[in-house]
Amino acid sequence: MKAGLKTVMLALAVMAAPALAGDVAPKVPIDRSKGECVLPGPEMRRQHMELLKHRRDATMYDGVRGGKVAFAACLNCHAVKGDDGKPVTVKSPQHFCRVCHDYTAVKVDCWSCHVSVPRDGAGKQALRPPHRGATDFAALKKYLKEGRK
Amino acid sequence: MKRIHYSLLEGRAGYYAALLVLGAIIGTGLLAFWYMEHYGHIVTGMTNQIVWGMPHVFAVFLIVAASGVLNVASIGSVFDRKAYKPLSRLSAVMAAAVLAGGLMILVLDLGRPDRLIVAMTYYNFKSIFAWNMILYNGFFAVVLLYLFVQMSRSFAVQKYKKHAGMAAFLWRLILTTGTGSIFGWLVARQGYDLAVFAPMFIAMSFSFGLAIFLLLMMALYRAVGRPLGHGLVNRLGRLLGVFVAVAAYFVAVAHLTNLYAPEHQAYEKFILAGGNIYTWLLWGGFGLIGTALPLFLLFSNAARRSFAPVAWASLLVILGGLALMYVIIIGGQAFPLVMFPGKEVSSGFVDGVINSYTPSLPEIALGLAGAALAVAITVFAARVLPILPRSLADDDVDPHLARAADVVELKKAA
Amino acid sequence: MTDTSLSGKARRDFIKAALATGGVLTLAPGLMLLTTGAGGEAAAADGKPAVDPKKRWGMLIDTTKCTDDCDKCVSACKEENGWQAEDGSLTDVQWIRKVNVKDPATGFAMSLPVMCQHCANPPCVDVCPTGASMQRVDGIVRVDMHICIGCRYCMMACPYKARSFVHEDIPEERKKPHAPMGKGCVTSCDMCAHRVDVGQIPACVEACDKGAMMFGDLNDPNAGISKRLAEIPTYEIRADLGLDLGVRYTRLP
Repeated sequence: MKAGLKTVMLALAVMAAPALAGDVAPKVPIDRSKGECVLPGPEMRRQHMELLKHRRDATMYDGVRGGKVAFAACLNCHAVKGDDGKPVTVKSPQHFCRVCHDYTAVKVDCWSCHVSVPRDGAGKQALRPPHRGATDFAALKKYLKEGRK
Repeated sequence: MKRIHYSLLEGRAGYYAALLVLGAIIGTGLLAFWYMEHYGHIVTGMTNQIVWGMPHVFAVFLIVAASGVLNVASIGSVFDRKAYKPLSRLSAVMAAAVLAGGLMILVLDLGRPDRLIVAMTYYNFKSIFAWNMILYNGFFAVVLLYLFVQMSRSFAVQKYKKHAGMAAFLWRLILTTGTGSIFGWLVARQGYDLAVFAPMFIAMSFSFGLAIFLLLMMALYRAVGRPLGHGLVNRLGRLLGVFVAVAAYFVAVAHLTNLYAPEHQAYEKFILAGGNIYTWLLWGGFGLIGTALPLFLLFSNAARRSFAPVAWASLLVILGGLALMYVIIIGGQAFPLVMFPGKEVSSGFVDGVINSYTPSLPEIALGLAGAALAVAITVFAARVLPILPRSLADDDVDPHLARAADVVELKKAA
Repeated sequence: MTDTSLSGKARRDFIKAALATGGVLTLAPGLMLLTTGAGGEAAAADGKPAVDPKKRWGMLIDTTKCTDDCDKCVSACKEENGWQAEDGSLTDVQWIRKVNVKDPATGFAMSLPVMCQHCANPPCVDVCPTGASMQRVDGIVRVDMHICIGCRYCMMACPYKARSFVHEDIPEERKKPHAPMGKGCVTSCDMCAHRVDVGQIPACVEACDKGAMMFGDLNDPNAGISKRLAEIPTYEIRADLGLDLGVRYTRLP
């Protein structure tokens, strides 16, 4: 039921974009069933680049991972499914970044390095189980304390 | 003292033909850049072992030479040599042009040339590379200021000529120290990590720069048929001879220093006696073609009467300089990094192997484009700015030169 | 909360759950004991800073246990960080490699993994013109690829050949969300910072089934790695350079 609703919403969002392109800016597709965006739309439109840049430095220098304002979280909520049912990559003009960026002719410098589709685990790190093997925190703690003998 | 009259570069068909040819070379280089940028450096000869390739050979050569080109002006205004004064304007313009050519190569060979703005806005002040960027930009500023002071008609400005010249001279010394230190401060590599690299690069800049200046000046004067004195060319040629010898001296000192330390002997054996391309380029390219032959030509009697020996010598110095740059930059990386001194190493990541490098066509095209840009800027500047003296005949430049030339003529007659 | 297969609903609701801190709280007790972030928070993917200036992450590699036919650490790194390298390739990206060393005078031979040594005085950081080559305050040396211009000076400066230049586009399928790398930038081992930040150990250390690799906080005298370092002699590659390496070996040729 929920999945169906989601598809309809996504389809609406995607369809709405070209229809409105004539007079207002295109609408960014979002799956609201996953929660609200970190900022209301108009603010996001103006500030998303600041948020991304701030987050980028926070991750690089301070090791900030996960949380709500995460790059992977953007990819998760804004993913647009293609004909094959899989999220489209940035190669497709339907990709949520390109919906606006094509319209405003602003080139971004993200995708030569970053993945443009949600990946299992990424963006869900708060809920993500620890990597292979090391599921037992007591054991990991013991490891860090004593090392592997 | 005669007044020096400057005038714009004349010629119509020749001027446009020259710009067309240079433009074609630059265009080819830009195409090569686009090709490398589009497909990535995978299409070049560079690897994860030889990370700086042919473009850096050209770029570093031109950047080093640029400060040397300025020396002609410095000798005139800082050291008060009369015969050099008429050449100051051309020297300053050409120095900026050669630097621009070198920098163009460097920038277009970056992995992310589109991030030039990042290079300009993020500075790591501990990096000698970052300091070099400041020094390059400063060089343009100082040289253009120097040019303005020289060309100003106001005495209030003109009287600072010597100060401006001194500033430019000091700046260029610091700049080349910086360029040499890019290599000299690399502690990890056997071929670098030498304090003598800074003065060696300065000596190289004196030599390469004057060679470029001489060649281009003679070409310009010959092309438009303006008078050029044998005395002047001969004097500049002899100075070039001294610089060539000094550069060779520093190169010898660098290798001798390495030879004395057993830890560097394997590297020296590789370069000096390895029988590889670097051995040939060092002995044959720099030693014979870039040093011995030019010295012979420059101090020959023929150089007093004819331009040809000086022109040939200048060309050979440039070729020898490029060969030396190739040995320093590529040869220094081709020798395997020594992680375990005295041990044999092997891995799936070509450890312990002499690294091979084959320059690719796009890399060479980009390098040549930088050189062409330097010439094109100089030619264009000579067309729009009065930087070329109407006559460089010995009589007009410095009567002493004329008399020296007369003596030669008299001797010849006798 | 140790299940490895979250239900579809749980996946969809991850933000809500994360917001409610339910997931974090469940994980926190275990993690809290492991590592404490700068502000004293638990090291987890909770959107809080995880880098602690009091720490210095490091590794101890027991080369007596390392065999020349094993490259599990290398394969694990490839899988974790999404790089591929053909054997002997000149242009492929590599973060860690197995090096075989032999003393020609004595015939003694051994094998060891070499990756970024996470120097305390890293030459790559010193030479980088933009500051892209950086050192986190917890000692991890890495490339901030957002400001890397691809000049390769760090590769000239590194004594360990630890860095690679990305020569061509990396296909979307191979990219890892936590280890982005792209054409025109330089990349290298970051001691699996994305794992360390959430309280896990680097992939290579985890993959080593010979117990030859040890990871921990060199500044913590009670950490297993520090105790071991105090017990036995350990060495740095090219110690003569005075770089104070974060990776130490129990035996070197």
